[in-house]
Amino acid sequence: MNKKVLYAIFDDEEILLKSVKELRSKDIAIEEVYSPFPVHGLDHALGFKETRMAITAFIYGCVGLAFGALLIYYIMISGVGKSWPMNIGGKPNWTFYHNFPAFVPIMFECTVLFAGHLMALTYFFRNQLYPGATTASPDPRTTDDKFLMEIVVDGDDKEMRKLLSDTGASEINEKDSNDK
Amino acid sequence: MHKESEIRDPLILGNKTYHDITRDIARPVEGKANKYWWILFGLSVFLFLWGVGCMAYTIGTGIGAWGLNKTVNWAWDITNFVWWIGIGHAGTLISAVLLLFRQKWRMAINRSAEAMTIFGVVQAGLFPLIHMGRPWLAYWVFPFPNEYGPLWQNFNSPLLWDVFAISTYLTVSTVFWYIGLIPDFAMIRDRMSKTISPMKKKLYTLLAFGWSGRAKHWQRFEEVSLVLAGLATPLVFSVHSIVSMDFATSIIPGWHTTIFPPYFVLGALFSGFAMVETLLIIMRKVVNLEAYITIKHIEYMNVIILFTGSLVGTAYITELFMAWYSGVAFEQYAFINRATGPYWWAYMAMMSCNVIIPQLYWIKKVRTSFIATFILSIFVNIGMWFERFVIIVTSLHRDFLPSSWTMFSPTFIDIGIFLGTIGFFFTLFLMYARTFPVVAQAELKTILKSSGSEYKNKSHE
Repeated sequence: MNKKVLYAIFDDEEILLKSVKELRSKDIAIEEVYSPFPVHGLDHALGFKETRMAITAFIYGCVGLAFGALLIYYIMISGVGKSWPMNIGGKPNWTFYHNFPAFVPIMFECTVLFAGHLMALTYFFRNQLYPGATTASPDPRTTDDKFLMEIVVDGDDKEMRKLLSDTGASEINEKDSNDK
Repeated sequence: MHKESEIRDPLILGNKTYHDITRDIARPVEGKANKYWWILFGLSVFLFLWGVGCMAYTIGTGIGAWGLNKTVNWAWDITNFVWWIGIGHAGTLISAVLLLFRQKWRMAINRSAEAMTIFGVVQAGLFPLIHMGRPWLAYWVFPFPNEYGPLWQNFNSPLLWDVFAISTYLTVSTVFWYIGLIPDFAMIRDRMSKTISPMKKKLYTLLAFGWSGRAKHWQRFEEVSLVLAGLATPLVFSVHSIVSMDFATSIIPGWHTTIFPPYFVLGALFSGFAMVETLLIIMRKVVNLEAYITIKHIEYMNVIILFTGSLVGTAYITELFMAWYSGVAFEQYAFINRATGPYWWAYMAMMSCNVIIPQLYWIKKVRTSFIATFILSIFVNIGMWFERFVIIVTSLHRDFLPSSWTMFSPTFIDIGIFLGTIGFFFTLFLMYARTFPVVAQAELKTILKSSGSEYKNKSHE
């Protein structure tokens, strides 16, 4: 088939947003939108689901809390091969709950440590961001001041070009077929 | 679109477009350093190397190289440590707490404030490291499976809480900072194609992690920033609370007070904002960011300094009152000795720099002047150093037995290490100012239409 990839460039995020809404109302699939900054409301206009990053952070935080609690329990209360709890400065550690207040700071820090770092790693993983990755948007100007909408057209693209420029695209480029 | 009140002052001055913001932020990275940068950089590196020499001497000779004695067994090392940690606090407050409160003015200054945080915490970490005497065994502070007994850390001790709090703070702040930096590195990477520096382009391609600005990525970016801000907010309060517990859980009169955690946190924010101002007032001139870091930003920070400074003053007076009210002779003497003993001048420096001088910010002319703010911020930096010195040294130097009363004076090495950390801090900051996008330009572009002066005027017509 004769598939074409169109890159519509917009100068302003409000025009882009209007165009996205118009195209979506006509059931035209938008492949991707690249923008230099987060455009408010664009994720809803494109019909994205809510991101689950915050949920992962909550789960990682629970893991961190459990890790901190177990670590302290093992070291201070019931270490393997240890027949009595540590007694430091006349303050023995008979049970976990007796000493609980003194354990709160480190349990809290473990929660934040796990939640923060593991969420960041998940974010890098899901976005495929890593040192050495060379992916970039089709047009380098999209990190500066241009907004780019990527649309795949099957067959004749005249109508689509007209629609895009009617909704405010300042220029429309076609993906070079030699490009991968 | 978000609308801003018309009477609110603009946060971006001049007729800026999105492209202008890109150009202005990329300019220091793409351009050549001027003479002043090289002079400052040379001076900082010199101080840093001097500090390295003093640190090496300390490690080779032992802690006896410092002015410590049996009575005053903690002095400049911990003073400098608390001072640097405190300076680190404003960065996270600006980037995290102000994000949660949706304060738009944070966007022009959060990047540099966070850089200051990270560099400040690095300096702070050096002091416990060299105080250990054998810094190559520093990893012993972390719990790891071992065959020394097994030998474990004491999880009841605030010193171990410090280890966890500061390492969490340093690493989470760095991650938060870097996630925000990625889109801006990508902006610089994409501009590099027009210039001729393949090495630089390679470097920024590496740093940008392959960022492309897809809509889904931005959605995740915003969510991750918000959650990290939510995590960093209690973190920043926990860190200095825990630092204060190094003192508060002891039985030394003058240290053993429950007011310490909030008192230290406020003091940290107070000193942190002062250091942000000191740095930014210079930086906005050197790298031409006058349109982005405006007098309005400085005024907002001055209001916070005035507020936290007044609260710190309240804490000082509360401490005095509680000492008298407790009826404990040792406690009362500790505070009388602070104010009227041989270190009265340090107490006066603390009181005047932290409580009296910031009150000048009630005057609008003072708080909206760059020069006055710069001078006052230096006073606050000095005052907060003296606050820690007063708390630490004057509480120790006259302890329970008058026969062991003594004085503390720093040695050449003490001073050298402190100056060395200042040199190291400025070395890092100056390198940052030349190679990093110093303003979070992607975020700044989101407020151009609501807070840019040109757009504000248009909507007014």
